[in-house]
Amino acid sequence: MTALLELAEVARHFPVRDALGRARGAVRAVDGVSLAVPPGSVLAIVGESGCGKSTLGRLALRLIEPDAGAIRFLGEDLRALSPRALRARRRDMQMIFQDPFASLDPRMTVEDAIAEPLRLHRIVPRGGERARVAELLERVGLRPEAARRWPHEFSGGQRQRIAIARALASGPKLVIGDEPVSALDVSVQAQVVNLLRDLIRDLGLTFVLISHDLGVVRHIADRVAVMYLGRIVEEGPAAEVFADPRHPYTRALLAAVPGMGAKAVPIEGDPPSPIAPPPGCRFHPRCPHAEALCRAEAPPLAGGAHAAACHLQSRLPPPPVLRGPDRGGERLRRLQSFFGAPAPQPETTGINA
Amino acid sequence: MRPPVLEVIGLTVEFATDRGPLRAVDGVSFRVGAGETLAVVGESGCGKSVTSLAIMGLLPPGTRLGGAVRLLGEELLGQPGRAWQGRRGRDLAMIFQEPMTSLNPAFTAGEQVAEALRLHEGLAPRAAMDRAVEMLARVRIPEAARRARQYPHQLSGGMRQRVMIAMALACRPRLLIADEPTTALDVTVQAQILALLDELKRETGTAVVLITHDLGVVADHADRVAVMYAGRIAETAPADTLFARPEHPYTVGLLGAVPAIEGGAGRLASIEGTVPDLRRPPPGCRFAPRCPFAGRDCEAQPPLAEVGAGHAAACWRAPLDRMLAA
Repeated sequence: MTALLELAEVARHFPVRDALGRARGAVRAVDGVSLAVPPGSVLAIVGESGCGKSTLGRLALRLIEPDAGAIRFLGEDLRALSPRALRARRRDMQMIFQDPFASLDPRMTVEDAIAEPLRLHRIVPRGGERARVAELLERVGLRPEAARRWPHEFSGGQRQRIAIARALASGPKLVIGDEPVSALDVSVQAQVVNLLRDLIRDLGLTFVLISHDLGVVRHIADRVAVMYLGRIVEEGPAAEVFADPRHPYTRALLAAVPGMGAKAVPIEGDPPSPIAPPPGCRFHPRCPHAEALCRAEAPPLAGGAHAAACHLQSRLPPPPVLRGPDRGGERLRRLQSFFGAPAPQPETTGINA
Repeated sequence: MRPPVLEVIGLTVEFATDRGPLRAVDGVSFRVGAGETLAVVGESGCGKSVTSLAIMGLLPPGTRLGGAVRLLGEELLGQPGRAWQGRRGRDLAMIFQEPMTSLNPAFTAGEQVAEALRLHEGLAPRAAMDRAVEMLARVRIPEAARRARQYPHQLSGGMRQRVMIAMALACRPRLLIADEPTTALDVTVQAQILALLDELKRETGTAVVLITHDLGVVADHADRVAVMYAGRIAETAPADTLFARPEHPYTVGLLGAVPAIEGGAGRLASIEGTVPDLRRPPPGCRFAPRCPFAGRDCEAQPPLAEVGAGHAAACWRAPLDRMLAA
């Protein structure tokens, strides 16, 4: 099956200038990334601050221009599109941002915010907007009365629902969420994670989740790509990457997730600067397994459907078993089932029809 | 019996707002012993940070405080004037979420650690700087002598938080309040900082109040836990007990709402609705409007009642096993 979204050797460097405006090097934010997202699947891009995951998300929608590489949407190179054709394409590709306080215009009512993409892409006939907005609001778990109110009247979780409704308004095929639940408190985060899961399933969305939170990723993603200093170090089916991580960095990330009872020795040091990444494998200065080869040569991403960019991947010791103790057991699960009741969902809303 | 390092009894904090008084903390009590870590956990607006600022005496003037805060048996709240003067930085210290806003950008890392030592231990400038470099090395800052001469903007986020910890622990305080100390940091750096705090606590016997929203951090680093909701303690227990046998419905929901990395994809438990407006809190149990077990009797406020050894829950339904039998 052809991919809905395909990135081939995409790179983007940002020049770094000194106080006098002279170029002093470049931040290699994304440095040769290839990815394919099949339709109807959820790909998560994970990594720590500065790894390039947000830049990659913006490149994928051509919100910023790549320096090199190709970005294909349904086989069509986005870089070849005229500005006008690109605008029309945007109907099919939408983004949800982290901060619901910054992503909604405070001077627009909720209805105007959600109806704007409808008008822009002339999606519903004149006069039909109100009904569609009400439908979208219901879809994201808000009352239709919300339409006449202003963003400041809503909590962070509700605003994020509004931002999701706006992103869905044009009936996109692809949605990219850049840390869409990171700013939310855990109880509200769970509501929005469940909502995203439902929307992805019910609307058949193709979703790219950019996140630093491995727990959220585990609950939403089908496939996972792990980024470190502008490159993908591991990519594969979510279940496999979590159960059998092949790159030492992925292992370190998983071991550092708090709450697993693992008192593993954390990896040392900070991520190096993306302005002057280390030669060879970029992870080698922090890697407990690094050898001479790792310092000299950058490893390719190899291994097929579950690939890792590590020279030593066939020789690494087996990964530690990450299993949080089942502390609460059956009792806790049964108690939690009282909190599992899904929010009432309308049967079909025809958003993508 | 020796008094605990910190004892908070019936603490209330009330702010005046344009739309009437807001009681952010409503009758919170706990104690922390030497070498013990108490985690205060809850979501935004539950009152956990306000509680920590009240203990530190850092709330703005005009805030109405009630109850008692005792440090080593000595009452801080009731005293007129400057109960905290000379104690902050010496007997009790605090580290904050965002080290960049807590460090002075105009002084080097070494100068800022040395300042505490000069002020509280009366060290001469040269001796204070030597001790500061020692402290920076103790919090595992590589090349401490060189880093001591650098300014905050030249340091990474994790490095800045280490400098904050060095400052806070320079005078060996009896009590350390860590308010979301690793929330702004990446997960691999977070693991380093929390391991460091544990180690320093073991060495110095400092009592630690760890304010956090992250139940994973609580599970790995706390001895005891107090779960706060809407200004009150919902449940308090030894950490192991809290995770094994939570007895407050809010704790149950919260534990289920955290997406775990093991166990695969699936729906998360979700606590419907939002936290109440503390200007108009619901009568009785504040969690009742979101609680699947709530009934008419929850309109009366449940006391924080003992349900096991060192384990108390403010819920009429506790122990919750009765809910399962029904």
